Amino acid sequence: MSILVYTENWDGKFKKLSFELVSYASAVAKEMGSTVTALSIGNVADDELNKLGNYGAAKVLNVADDRFSTLDNRALAKAVVAAAQNEDTKVVIFSHNNLGKAIAPRVSVKLDGGLVSGVTAMPVSTDPYVVKKKVFTGKAFANVQINAEIRVLTFSQNSFEVIETGGSANIEAFDPKVGDGDFSTSVNETNKITGKVLLGDAEIVISGGRGMKSGDNWGELEELADLLGAGMACSRPVSDEGWRSHDEHVGQTGKIIAPNLYFALGISGAIQHLGGVSSSKIIVAVNKDPEAPIFESADYGIVGDVFKVLPQLIEGVKEM
Amino acid sequence: MKILVLISNVPDTTTKIRFTGDNTAFDVAGVQWIINPWDELALTRAMELKEAGGIEKITVANVGEKTTEPTLRKALAVGADDAIRIDAAAKDAFFVATQLAEVAKDYDLILSGIEASDYNGTAVGGMLAEILDYNSVSSVSGVSLDGDKFTVNREIDGGSQVLTITGPLVAIVQKGIAKEPRIPAMRGIMMARKKPLNVVAAVNANEKTSFVNFELPPPKATCKMIDEENAKELITLLHEEAKVL
Repeated sequence: MSILVYTENWDGKFKKLSFELVSYASAVAKEMGSTVTALSIGNVADDELNKLGNYGAAKVLNVADDRFSTLDNRALAKAVVAAAQNEDTKVVIFSHNNLGKAIAPRVSVKLDGGLVSGVTAMPVSTDPYVVKKKVFTGKAFANVQINAEIRVLTFSQNSFEVIETGGSANIEAFDPKVGDGDFSTSVNETNKITGKVLLGDAEIVISGGRGMKSGDNWGELEELADLLGAGMACSRPVSDEGWRSHDEHVGQTGKIIAPNLYFALGISGAIQHLGGVSSSKIIVAVNKDPEAPIFESADYGIVGDVFKVLPQLIEGVKEM
Repeated sequence: MKILVLISNVPDTTTKIRFTGDNTAFDVAGVQWIINPWDELALTRAMELKEAGGIEKITVANVGEKTTEPTLRKALAVGADDAIRIDAAAKDAFFVATQLAEVAKDYDLILSGIEASDYNGTAVGGMLAEILDYNSVSSVSGVSLDGDKFTVNREIDGGSQVLTITGPLVAIVQKGIAKEPRIPAMRGIMMARKKPLNVVAAVNANEKTSFVNFELPPPKATCKMIDEENAKELITLLHEEAKVL
């Protein structure tokens, strides 16, 4: 009766979110008197699989099957369900990212379980099972009770501390018995974002708004992001104008992020924008309008011209 | 080929969020209701596909009480051919998906917004696909017809992909699926009054989850202001006081 964690790797290396999820599952397992089994799908070397033990996994089910690389949702859901049944799992945990959002609902139906998406903290109670999640796009939280024996969760990134336990895991090869007929996705083209910090993983995010005036003024923003190892983001008008690409849009209808530090540069802070960033630990705002709503949500603010402020910030970081 | 677009009736995105009944229910007093923004984009894409040819009909469907009909009428005014309202309060995602599965079987392409802007469930599309045993793709930012198959653009964690996948398909869509949501024209609003809006009784289904209560986030401490001429000080504060650099 273990807790099952769906881990993700990128070219054979676990993403940081996998360690965060295992750490979280391990804390939940402690409360429930249970253990953690991590599921790894794809080609991951043994020494990499072993790392999961260091975050609290007692067991790793290793599905080294290339067919899953197309991320076929139906086939992946079948594989997770096979693992859950193998382990007699009562809690299945995914990341609240693109892949987790795609598979968790399917898995919850197959297991006759209850799903809560976007969980942000440890369970409020485990019997009954009650978890906290964001609702109204970050404008409120809800405590949700799961009235089913099997609980399926997607967990918001950067919501739990990664904890090394020094433990080790038993690695078992696992065959989820998914037939070729269950795969129906064929991938024609993959464009990987390279040389950039992924927005969802970024601990610092530099974001620009309409105050950047055009698509040609982003050099200093990018320089600051490079210096800080930060991800780049923007507000909705910026992506609508085509100054930056849609995958950088954060806000109600774009991405929801929760970095440690969020720089809102030339962003007025419409309620829809704040919904996407309000879970950031520290928000810094630079805006020429002292009445801009962003200052109500910010921890640090500068009323001024973003083009005067940016060079000073860059200089400050260089001197740090 | 027929397209079904799933519609959620949600509070306008500028709504001030309040709760009633000792924080156990969302306060609907004075709320303006709209089509969930992602569903609106999905409907727009469905219209574009129909205009490109090969689409017989676009149906919109929601699970909701009679008070949600203006939102369905708005979808008809945008251009859907007919609407289905499943007559029940939307209890939880599994309940909603079970209801929609009853009416979704005749459609080749089902478009669902990736989440609803009220409870951010991110669940109905995937659940519906599993109940019907259909293919699904999530985080979809583009869909077009390719003979009897579909070409789909999806975002993955760390990039994007172009896929070919067979139908019937549930495409769970996000930003990018259409550029701007369509706004109903006067002619569309007039025509929408005469389009069929069929009310269907709900089937029995269990709720798997229930809300215990709601909380508003704690108010932020006041913002510490730094002088424009002295912006470097900000970096020092972030480093030494906030300890995030």
